[in-house]
Amino acid sequence: MADDAQQQVKKSFMYVNRKAPYGTIYALEALEVVLISAAFEQDVSLAFLDDGVFQLVKGQNTAGIGMKNFSPTFKALGDYEIRQLYVERESLEERGLTSEDLMEITWEDEEDDYAKKPSIRIVSRMELTEVMAQQDVLLNF
Amino acid sequence: MSTLHTVNKSPFERSAFSSALNHLKPGDAVLMIEDGVVGARKGSAFAGLLESAAKSCAIYVLEPDLAARGMGETDVIQGANLVDYGGFVDLVTTHQRTQAWL
Repeated sequence: MADDAQQQVKKSFMYVNRKAPYGTIYALEALEVVLISAAFEQDVSLAFLDDGVFQLVKGQNTAGIGMKNFSPTFKALGDYEIRQLYVERESLEERGLTSEDLMEITWEDEEDDYAKKPSIRIVSRMELTEVMAQQDVLLNF
Repeated sequence: MSTLHTVNKSPFERSAFSSALNHLKPGDAVLMIEDGVVGARKGSAFAGLLESAAKSCAIYVLEPDLAARGMGETDVIQGANLVDYGGFVDLVTTHQRTQAWL
């Protein structure tokens, strides 16, 4: 019965990240909520736009500001079956960033001999708008 | 399948308003609340953007937040609709999803 109930309420959740890390608590809180949501077997994806793209930049070193560097956590999302990280191309370009500046985030495909596949998808603003419009629930951070 | 976009920050302070307008689909609705209502002010630097969005989307402004800031119907761009809290609830229930830009 519990299984039936769960299946009936399976929804697509997109977590929309628009803030740079460390200056405010939004980015870290979003990641906490994403990890919690993974326990509920929902269809979860993440979007990174505006300053949110800075959350995925590689080489973050927070030693000098006395805060925890939470960026390695993104690499663990694949283990929670969160495999869709949409990054808006225009937001990268406006900030002088390219896909080369982002961390490598992958998930293991059990059906393909555990091959590592990229979780990050660089999409245009228009494509992201379409993906957002297909979600059941949008949660902004 | 339309989306209700709420904006609660002034466009003069944050980019939430611009981002919301950048991710609209025709038939969506925008509801400006809290400090977001200042973005609906006619003659402001953002009025043009909002007026072009109003061609394909419905624009709403929460009247109590507008009144609290000393503004009323004649102070907002043409085509913006004022709603009360009941209207806010109606908008949420008549759209597929809500995206709260902040």
